[in-house]
Amino acid sequence: MPKSNIRYQFGNHAIAQALYDSGVDLVSGYPGTPSSEIIEALARLKPDCHVEWSVNEKVALEVAIGASWSGGRSAATMKHVGLNVASDPFMTLAYAGVKGGLVIISADDPGCHSSQNEQDNRRYAQFARIPCLDPATPQEACDMVSYAFNFSEKYEMPVILRPTTRVCHGKSDITIPETEKPGKKIGFEKRPQQWVMLPAHARVRHKVLMEKQDIMAEALGSSKWNQLDIIKGAELGIIASGVASVYTREAIERLGIKASFLKISTYPVPFNLIEQLLDSVGQLPDQVGQVLVIEELEPVVEEAVISISGTRNVDVHGKDMVPRNGELNVSIVEAAISKVAGLDHIPHVPEGLSVELPNRPPVMCPGCPHRATYYAMKKAFGNSAVFPGDIGCYTLGVQMGTMDTCLCMGASITTASGIYHAGETEPICCSIGDSTFLHTGIPGLLNAVYNGADITVTILDNRTTAMTGHQPNPGTGLNVLGDATFMASLEDISKSCGVEFVGATDPFNVKKTIEVFKQAREHKGTAVVISRQECIITARRRGIRLTPFTVDPDECQGCKACIRFGCPASSFIESTEEGQKGKAVIGELCVGCGVCAQVCPFDAIKEVSK
Amino acid sequence: MTEFDLVIVGVGGQGTILASDIVGMAAVNEGLPVQASETHGMAQRGGSVINHVRLDCRYGSLIPAGRADAVLGLEPAEGLRAIDFLSRDGVVVVNTNPIFPITVLSGASVYPEVDAMLGELKGRCKHLVPLDADKIAIEAGHPLTANVVLIGALSNFLPLDVGSLEESVSNLVPPKTVEVNLKAFRLGRETSLQAIE
Repeated sequence: MPKSNIRYQFGNHAIAQALYDSGVDLVSGYPGTPSSEIIEALARLKPDCHVEWSVNEKVALEVAIGASWSGGRSAATMKHVGLNVASDPFMTLAYAGVKGGLVIISADDPGCHSSQNEQDNRRYAQFARIPCLDPATPQEACDMVSYAFNFSEKYEMPVILRPTTRVCHGKSDITIPETEKPGKKIGFEKRPQQWVMLPAHARVRHKVLMEKQDIMAEALGSSKWNQLDIIKGAELGIIASGVASVYTREAIERLGIKASFLKISTYPVPFNLIEQLLDSVGQLPDQVGQVLVIEELEPVVEEAVISISGTRNVDVHGKDMVPRNGELNVSIVEAAISKVAGLDHIPHVPEGLSVELPNRPPVMCPGCPHRATYYAMKKAFGNSAVFPGDIGCYTLGVQMGTMDTCLCMGASITTASGIYHAGETEPICCSIGDSTFLHTGIPGLLNAVYNGADITVTILDNRTTAMTGHQPNPGTGLNVLGDATFMASLEDISKSCGVEFVGATDPFNVKKTIEVFKQAREHKGTAVVISRQECIITARRRGIRLTPFTVDPDECQGCKACIRFGCPASSFIESTEEGQKGKAVIGELCVGCGVCAQVCPFDAIKEVSK
Repeated sequence: MTEFDLVIVGVGGQGTILASDIVGMAAVNEGLPVQASETHGMAQRGGSVINHVRLDCRYGSLIPAGRADAVLGLEPAEGLRAIDFLSRDGVVVVNTNPIFPITVLSGASVYPEVDAMLGELKGRCKHLVPLDADKIAIEAGHPLTANVVLIGALSNFLPLDVGSLEESVSNLVPPKTVEVNLKAFRLGRETSLQAIE
């Protein structure tokens, strides 16, 4: 039987519990897969600390910094690309340092499971010279939280905790560690030499930052997060970092090879342990020792190992054997180890299938308001218009031909402006979600008006931050705890940015929405269309049920207009009779948005009679 | 032997995570270490989803290709899509009820015959247990219990007590639906027992 404090838990939930148990005073963040569940879980714990969804990651980090400078423990959570948004405060925070412990949780996504890139934020840690903890398992991530706070306070430095998707979205038997909450006094203490980064102060603080490096490295190096197992006489040394270390342990065991092994989970890397491993394999008479570094994405450890190896008699392998892109797994690691160790290894070769399987890409849900908005947008603007886009569920508009670009949060309005100013003569209509607009869209809109971009900006207002799991945002009038707060008006924000044409529409009203888009297209200057209809998932969770629709087979002409609309509730049955057209049918997935009934040119789609 | 590597696949919205949780929680309650991995984020919107659940595992959550002890398919095409994870002496428990992807609904692709997919699966495993989980779920009392029907069908192969699996079902489903879910679990278990015999 399990011990009573072991529970089957989700990685992000365990991290939230550990934050809570560490006596955190403030946690801020912006939703982003795979980080979002940390703040959601913390809010559910009804903590006596301040928890917030901030409007973006830069804001979140700065809020957390304020708390730290006042002596409180704080954490800021975000996905890896969120740290790009927060990189401005992040880089200078390294100089300024912290007072209360500050942990930046950067959830990285090797393999781009739900991201636009797979950048390795260990590089950010190197760049800013901020220490980084890289957990191998959900349990380790949870255990690292209180260590990170203590370390941060001791060295007056922020600490990055960098769980990856497999840690955040892993589940395992997790023991929540016993943690002692620190006794601390909250109060902002004026320290201008540290908190005011004037050039004169920054020069001094940069030196302080450099001076801290060796002592931090030493402390991290001797921490329990790194583990060295020297096998006497082994010619092969394997070093693996973070989540790759568990794949490597499994591969070593399955291959049954004799190798010394170093697991690394702290940055700066543990120089001392690397030297010991290099010494153990590099001092054998008459042969060159082999060292293989296994890490996901960037060769951060490998570069350090090469620089430490010096004149030792070793060959260091890494990215010549292990891919620098994508996620790793046991099979990839086994192949790399086998190659370096000179083993005959028969890799698993996928067998082909005799039947061809259709692709199953993610799609907008039946009744998704974005599909209706895009239908109307395309009707009003035509196929040759340019449709710059942004990040959210609506990026799936790529399937409807209304998503011509997607780069990063907020880039729709700005790239649309650039496309216009470059001299593109086709109409330009970009789209951005409500949460993304509030995240980084507003400066782009102000810039578009200020610099005279003749574009239409569509704000897809589905009253939530849908793709990351339906978090509230300032437009919803609810905070992270579900309590009522100020509700930002997208109309007022647009008008105060100087937009002269602001049209609001309900995308489930197809005719009106097409009309509003046409007016926006004709408007000279920056126009805003707010297409407002609640996300069908949250609407149904609230208990909203609409009457579903059905196809009248006598009226259906088999034109497939509804099929081209692309709702997963509709399908087409070809006729078995020669020369006869097939008929559309609506299945049980229909939620009753009624848009296909407006799309049908023959009025063949009707509400199911009660 | 309590080591058991299970791949659970389906379509976003079918309840693959609940299915994984029933197994993972039961194993932890029996004192086994478990490592599991789930699909969240964009893929959930009607796309293919895959969960790995490794019982008595001290390593990472990803099951190496060709080494899973079982594949549980909540949808037949998804079950077949994941077959490369399965070891040759592994088990496949699969729902025979298809969900057509948008690529098929729009006419861009063709959905294969279910029998052809079952035939392919049969050649790739030691035991194949196909069942119409949606039909059994309705028999149990609610169409949304198909995932629990399939866990019931798989339970005959898991190194776990039926009691602890049923306890997980009871703890994880909404309180008002415990009875119907337990019935779904038992019907699934019986159907698969008959299929094995």
